[in-house]
This record gives sequence, C-alpha cells and structure tokens, in this order.
Amino acid sequence: MPDLVKLTIDGKTVEAPAGTLVINAARSAGIEVPAFCYYEGLSLQAACRMCLVEVEKAPKLLASCTLPVAPDMVVRTETPKVAEARKSMLEFLLTNHPLDCPVCDKGGECELQDMVFRYGAGESRFVEEKIHEPEKQWSPVVYYDMPRCILCFRCVRICNEGMGVGALGIVSRGAHSEIAPNHGDHLECDECGMCIDICPVGALTSGAYRYKTRPWEMEHIGTICTHCGDGCKTTLSVRNGKVMRGDNRDASGINGEFLCIKGRYAFDFLDHPERLGGPLVRRNGKLEPAGWPEAIRTVADKIQEVRERGGSFGVVGSGRTTNEENYYLQKFARGYLRTGNIDHRRSGDIGALLATGAPLATAADLYRAAAVLIIGADLSQQHPFLAYQVRANVRHHGARVYVVNPSPTREENRATRVVRGSVGELREVLAKENGLVVVFGDCVQGEDVRKLVEMLPATARYVCLVDYANSRGAFDMGLTPDPGALGLGQMITVPLDFLWVVGANPLETASRAAGFLVVQELFLTETALQADVVLPAAAAYEKTGSFTNTCGEVQRLKKGPATPGVKTDLEIVSLISRRLGFELAAPLPEAVFEEIRRSVAGYGISYASFISGGAVATRPPAGQAGGLSHIRSSRDSMFQSGTLGRYCGVLQSVREKDAVEVRV
Amino acid sequence: MYNDPHPAEVQVLTRRFRLPNSQSIETYLANEGYQGLQKALAMTPDQVIEEVKASGLRGRGGAGFPAGLKWSFVPRHSPKPKYIVVNADEGEPGTCKDRVLMEYDPHQLIEGVLIAARAVDAHQGWIYIRGEYRYLLDIMDRAIAEAYQRGYLGPNILGSGFDFDLYTHTGAGSYECGEESALLESLEGKRGIPRIRPPFPAVVGAFGSPTVLNNVETFCAAPTILLRGGHYFADLGSKKNGGTRLFCLSGHVNRPGVYELPMGFPLRRMIEEVGGGVPGGKKVKAVIPGGSSCPILKGDEIDIPMDFDSLAAAGSMLGSGGVVIIDEDTCMVKLAMRIMKFYQHESCGWCIPCREGTMWLKKVLVRFHDGHGAKSDIDLIGELAQNMLGRTFCPLGDAAALPTISIVKKFRHEFEEHLNGARCPYEEHARPR
Repeated sequence: MPDLVKLTIDGKTVEAPAGTLVINAARSAGIEVPAFCYYEGLSLQAACRMCLVEVEKAPKLLASCTLPVAPDMVVRTETPKVAEARKSMLEFLLTNHPLDCPVCDKGGECELQDMVFRYGAGESRFVEEKIHEPEKQWSPVVYYDMPRCILCFRCVRICNEGMGVGALGIVSRGAHSEIAPNHGDHLECDECGMCIDICPVGALTSGAYRYKTRPWEMEHIGTICTHCGDGCKTTLSVRNGKVMRGDNRDASGINGEFLCIKGRYAFDFLDHPERLGGPLVRRNGKLEPAGWPEAIRTVADKIQEVRERGGSFGVVGSGRTTNEENYYLQKFARGYLRTGNIDHRRSGDIGALLATGAPLATAADLYRAAAVLIIGADLSQQHPFLAYQVRANVRHHGARVYVVNPSPTREENRATRVVRGSVGELREVLAKENGLVVVFGDCVQGEDVRKLVEMLPATARYVCLVDYANSRGAFDMGLTPDPGALGLGQMITVPLDFLWVVGANPLETASRAAGFLVVQELFLTETALQADVVLPAAAAYEKTGSFTNTCGEVQRLKKGPATPGVKTDLEIVSLISRRLGFELAAPLPEAVFEEIRRSVAGYGISYASFISGGAVATRPPAGQAGGLSHIRSSRDSMFQSGTLGRYCGVLQSVREKDAVEVRV
Repeated sequence: MYNDPHPAEVQVLTRRFRLPNSQSIETYLANEGYQGLQKALAMTPDQVIEEVKASGLRGRGGAGFPAGLKWSFVPRHSPKPKYIVVNADEGEPGTCKDRVLMEYDPHQLIEGVLIAARAVDAHQGWIYIRGEYRYLLDIMDRAIAEAYQRGYLGPNILGSGFDFDLYTHTGAGSYECGEESALLESLEGKRGIPRIRPPFPAVVGAFGSPTVLNNVETFCAAPTILLRGGHYFADLGSKKNGGTRLFCLSGHVNRPGVYELPMGFPLRRMIEEVGGGVPGGKKVKAVIPGGSSCPILKGDEIDIPMDFDSLAAAGSMLGSGGVVIIDEDTCMVKLAMRIMKFYQHESCGWCIPCREGTMWLKKVLVRFHDGHGAKSDIDLIGELAQNMLGRTFCPLGDAAALPTISIVKKFRHEFEEHLNGARCPYEEHARPR
C-alpha cells in the first residue's frame, strides 16, 4: 500500500497515495480539471495543455495530468491565470476547428462545446483562412473529418494500446497533422467503434448513426449486451421506441469504456424485415398467422393432452433469455410437465468446474491478476472484453500471460510463454504463480477440468468460457437435464411427443423428430420453420431482467425499445402456465428475481448492488452435475453471433467485406 | 575553408582546422589528438566529471546547462547500459558551428564522446546528424572507421579494458528533432515528438537507459579540458561562463563565418572588429544574439558581453551562438514573419498552443506584411505569442514566442507603418494593395 501524500488543492486538504496524478487527486476531491488528451488507462501525453494548473513555487503553469502529488504541494485550479490559459487553448483550437455544430453528429455531447461553454473563447478573433480537407470514410462505419480533429490522439491510443490492433496512426506534422488509417485510405480492423466513442469531438463519427437525430431526442438506456458471454454494458439510444444507435455512453458497466462491434452496432436485428410480429400456427401443413389467444390455447391444449396420456416432453432453453425466463421455464417443465428433459446449447463445462470447488474469477480479476493462463480460446475473437482486460493488465501492471492454443491468437503478442500442445508443458513455471487466473474453453471438459485444477496452484481462480450472454445463467437456473434424462442432442433425434424450443435453433441442420413442436423465437429460423406453433418473442434489449456472464456475475437488463406484437418469454410461459392452472407468480422480472435470490443456490446476492447497476458475483455450490450433455463452443469470431448474428446487417456487411479471417 | 581566421580568436576547439588533412587521424594524433582520452582513461569516472565541472562548461546547443552537472546525474550503478548521444542536428537558424567542427576536426568529437563515455561508464553511442548534413556523414564515418582501425574505438581501447562503439544516425529534416527528447524518439525510430520530462535523458534516455546527450561543441571541449585541465578552460572565459565558444556571424556583415572567441567577448567588437562591420557602412538596426529563438537586441543594445549570464540579464539568451546582424534597411515586420514561418513549419503538432499558435501567427504576419493588417492585429500578435509562452509542451513554443514578442515591442512603429495598405518602406517591390 503506497504512502499517503497530503497536499492542498483549491484550499482543500487532499490525501492521495504517492504516485497519484494531481488531476486525479483533484477529481477525488470533487474538483474537475478539464482535459482532452488525458484519458484514464491510456498512456500520458500532456499534449492538449487544458489541464494546466498553478502550483506554488513553480515558475510556470504545470500540466496536472503528468504531475504526481508531492507532500505540502499547493495547487490552484481556478485562478485568473489558469482561466486565461484555458480560454486561450480553446481559442487556439477553434482557429482551425470548423463551425460545424449545426450539422455535426456530436453536437450536444461534444466535449469541446462543453468546454467552450464553461471556459470561454466562444467569440473568435481569427479572420485567416482555415485549413480545410473534405471528410473521409474509412470503413462502413468510421468517418473522419480532419478539420474537426483536435489531435488529442485518444483514438490512436485506444486502438493501439487498448485494443492491441493499432489501425490508426498520425501523418504529417504541425497544424497539418491528421489521423490516418492503416490501409492508407481505409481501415482494416475489428470495427469495434471504440475510436468513435472516445473521440471528444465530431472528428470520428459513426456511419450507422449519421445525421439521424440529436442526443437529447433520445433516451439512453444502459443494458447488457445480448451477444457473447462477457456481460458488457451497452447503451441503446432509443427514440420513439426504436433504437437509433448503440454506444458506450453509459460506461458504468464492468467493461468500463470497452465495447466491441457486436455490443455497439449489432442491435439492428431488432427491426430486421423478417422479425416476427405475431404468432404462427400450422393449419393444414402451413404456418399461418394467428392471434395470441389462439396460439396460447393451441399450445396449452396440446400440453394438457400429452400430459394426460403420459406422453414425453422436451424443453430446449436459450443462452440469450433472461435468468427469470429460464428459471420459470425449468420450474414449469419440472413442476408441471414433470420432465427432466431440459437442456440448452452448452458451450463450456461449468458443472465440472463448480464440482471441483475451485475459486472463481470475475472479469475484474482478469485485470488485477499477477498472471493469466488462457487455454484453448481465441479471446480477442470470442471474448473481446476479457481480452481487453488481459491486455490492460499487461500494459498497466506487467502481468504475465501464458497461452495454450493450437493456432496463433492476438494474446500471444504480449505473452510470456506460448504453447501449442498441452498445459502440462507449463506445469513447472505455473507452479510458481501465486495469483493466477485461468481461462479455459470447451477443450477442457469433464475429467480434464478436475485434472487441470489439481495440477495448478490452489490459489488459482477460474473462468469457464461459455458462448452467449446468458449461457452461464441458463446453467445456473437449471436448464440442464436431470440425471438419466435426455440432453439436447437426444431431444432432437428421439421422437418426443412435445418439444418446446425457446430462443434456440437446434434444428438448424436437422429435421424434427418430435410429434409437436413449439418454438419461441425472433425470426423464422430453420427450427421455427418446422414448428407447429411459433410464438414471437421479445429480444433481450426489449426486456427487463438479469443475465449472468461467463464469469458468473449477474447484471441487470433494462428494457430499451419495444416491438409491437411480441411478448417476452417470461410472459409467454406465464400465460401458458396460467391457462393450465399451474401457479407461477406474476411475470414481473423483479418478483421472479427475488424468488431466484431466495431459492437458487449461490444466487443469494445483495439486491441493492444488483438493482443499482452493479455486477454481482454468484457462486453456485459444487455438485451441480448438469448431466451428460454434449458441450461444444460455437467459436464465433468477432463478426459472428450464432443464429442471431445472421440477422445483424452490420455484422454481415463487415464479414462480406473482409472475407472472414481470424485476426491475430 | 569556411572563412579566414581573425586575430581576436582564441583557437582552442578550432586550433587544428586549418592544418592540412585536418580530418585525418594522422593529423589529429600529431597534434595532441586522443591525449585527453588517455588522461581520462587513467582517471576514475568521478574524477573526469569533476574536471568537466571545474571547467564551467555549459551546454553549447542553446540551453547552457552545466555539462559536468548533467553527466553527474547519470546513475552509474544502474544495471541498465549507459549511452552517449551527440546532438548534431544543428537546426537553430543562424547556427553553423557544429558542421565545421565535424567537417574539419571529426576526431575531436570522437574523443569528446569517449571522454564522456568514460565519465558515465557508457559503451555505446550515436551521433545524430541532421539529414541536411548528408555530406558530413561520409566525413564522420570515415573518421570513425579510422578510429576503429587504430584502436580508439571498439573493444579494449588503448589496452584500457574500456570498450566503446560509435555509430552515426541521420535525421530527416525536422527542427524539433534537435530538442533532446524528440531527438531520442527519432533515434529510436519513432515520430519526432518530445517526451514528458521528468524523467530526463540522464536517467531515462535512449531505449529507456541513462543517456548523456549534449551538443557537438560541448563534447568537443572535453578533450582540451581533460588535457589542459578544467581551470585552463574556465579561465579562457568570464566568471561562471567558462571557456571559448564558436560564434557564427551571418546576415548583414562583411566577414560572415565561424569565429572562436572567449565567453564574454563584447558583441559590438564582434560585429565591428571580427565581422568587419555592416556592408555599405550601414547602421546596425538589430541583432539576433544566439539563434532565432532569442529575444532580439536593438542596435543600441549591443554593448554587452556575450555570455550566458549577461544576455539573460539583458532579457535575451546566449543560445546557440548564431549571431545574425540586421541592417537599417531591413523590414522588421518581414523578419518577424520569416521567423514565424520557420517555427510554424517546424512545429511538430503535438500540443495545441504551438501547433495552432504558430499557424495563426504566421497567417496574421503574412497578411500584415502584405499590407492587409489592422491596428488591432499588432496587439493581437503580441497577445497570441504571449498565450503560447510558458504553456507549450516543449521550448519550441517559447522559441517562436520570444522573438516575436521582442520584435513587436521594440519595433512597434514599423508595424504601424505597414497599416492602411501602406507600402513596406523597406521593400523596393512591396506588393500593392
């Protein structure tokens, strides 16, 4: 624990650990020092000179973003000299910066606008000719406007340091400097959009949002991304029930400022033309539109019929429906349908890990651990946020990274050791690692999980990677077969009397064997096309509820847009169950979550932390067997997201452009 | 040869320049060459530093930081390798001394580097030569090859057990790369922008290691200091400003050239006696005392000793020794414009005030000199320069601001004469309105 340093800032006594930058010490005391180029987590620059402050005994103003606190230092951030300096920096910036506010997408959320409001220089003395260059488009989504660029280089740093891609650079010098993409006139990169979000002005703007609306016309809703299992918070900006854009404006999630292309842009499936807007019932061999009452009735009547004659049921759940929905589904399945044939597409052997009793790691642990071991996963592709954490850990703390993978991955750029064979080759060096976090993919399952835990130090903590936003939650809520019951693979080949598929596409390449098939879906997928009843469901972005990420952290979803004609899976299960007289409590997510907290082992978490938007670690006990299911990751790339990804135009357009290769 | 010598010169660093084959190691060895090194190798590193401190040698690149003190900052016991880097970028307008030092006595520089290496236990070094001095590359490389051949570079120099390797490295046309930290960035193959200080190069320099980085002339003084003693060198100059320095006379002067004179030599004597006065017998209107980054001196301010302290007291700087003489028929507005054009062109663009400030000032000054200026522009020029001063990331911003502020202050009437579309009184062919 570093020593505390006492200093005075604007007359306030402030105590901060040695090594703290004055700008941060000020912030901790509630004093805001403006800065463009300083960005926490990225390398220091002191280039913009906005953060200049007065320090007693110093002959000139000093940049607080590169000044460590010193004992008895006296700092003043609001003197006439400082005010004048700030104003003149802004005046200098505005000489070449065009007066584009009326047509610039950043208007209303622009840091330069905010600073000029606060620190002056709104009226210009500049009467010379400005340097002008036309705007450029570097990729389907990224536009660069050189005159607006204030050359803070946040974009260059986030791409290089943060993402490990380095697709942006600086060319020319002086006032003619500009940002340049890695392929001269265009970008070839992860298309994550971090550069656009981090840009304080409208120099980098999103092509997907261009000229659509103004930030104050939208409601900004922070919810959890529906794609991979990392559990990033994404902000959906909604106007009149429609998502106009996605970004990371609400950076309060575990992912901080990070967000990838899926979290940011892949919400466009919501109003894909093929989105189901009403139930479908098969009559005379054809799926035809039907009303909700008829659809519910049809399903309920069939369930009753099959149940009465002692027929067989099967339930396939989803890695993308909420905990509340999964909990209700299995409760209904076990309680009313009296079946243990419950499963979902399993992508990681969580059960085996929990059975070892080994400690689990959260996403934050990946950032703080002294060493990280990655086994059988291309983290940057499949779990980009976890990769970001590891990268930041190496950058900030010099963490050691060990990679065990058959083919090259981006994590190897900073790895201490890389092994193409097996973990055993690293046994000796890993034995010395006291603060190890282990991340493993589907190649480690069953007995291998126990052997891995036995081989590594007892202090190691684990993350079992699973594919989707709530794959972990699906397991925790019990969407796994009872001992002796049928798993997913069997459920689609055995001719069950009634198969209920929620948010999954198990018959993507198979024909149904079941007597009656009910599918809850967003689209007419291959499975839905074979159904007897198709019930249109709300997407995760259209619901309130909870997801559990691959590390076991449960987070709250907030409902964003709404699509007419659909119902949430929670409502659907509730309607069917109510019609059959099986009492589930009202389909209110808050109430169901309360029930989960009380009855699901390991989920007795602090409600206050959860409801206030935090990520709370869950720790289901050892012994959750999970049955004998086939466990296999879909190994989505950063431009894929299972079946859902096919309906995301932005992902498809990027894939077509880059002819899919694994980026290292 | 660059110019004839002058009797007022005290030729210490330049004493071998006019010898036949002065570049060759033979000539060097026959004229006290590498003897200072021999002494240094027989001393401890601390003793070498003490000798340099005693000489009062201050950096000859422009900043004038005491050299011995700078060398003492190197943490000799650090496990990291130590490096020597020679700043041969010589970008300061008006300066042309390092080029003659390298052209006419390259071995002196090599010896100076070796002495510094001995002082800080360095075993590798680079001479960063500006790209425009391409012709010097061959000269320097040849001298280095000779030194290797004769055992003055490489392993076990003179049987002392001391190793040193020296390389040349060129710049590519950036003034900012003469700034020590930007130079290191360029040497490392990165964009030539300056670094956050602290840490300073003596602690974290080239490739993250402690580095002694000095100007060519500073290193060149070391052999004499070691050979004849620090006090010898100190006594050549004035109090606290020891030694001689190479002054570069240019501009409106009859005998432009490089002259080695004692520190504290009077400026008026330098112009009239050494430089032979102004052509056509014209009056001196102004003098740039040490490179364009210095506040300018008026014609009636030239009774001043040329050393660091005296010039600082007069509100200017000794700087790089680039003395530019300006006669009475020169337009000071045009001078201000020309100077600002340089800094705007060379601004690296890293920080807002210098990048935007130099560009704005250049545009105002161009417009103003063209006759399209307003009265408020005169104050604007001073204010903008003042807004840059002390707020930039590196001294280039100050270097652009200081001369501008001084020209506007001292020659305001000339700016007023350019107003209202008036024809520039000093230009035969001023642009009509």
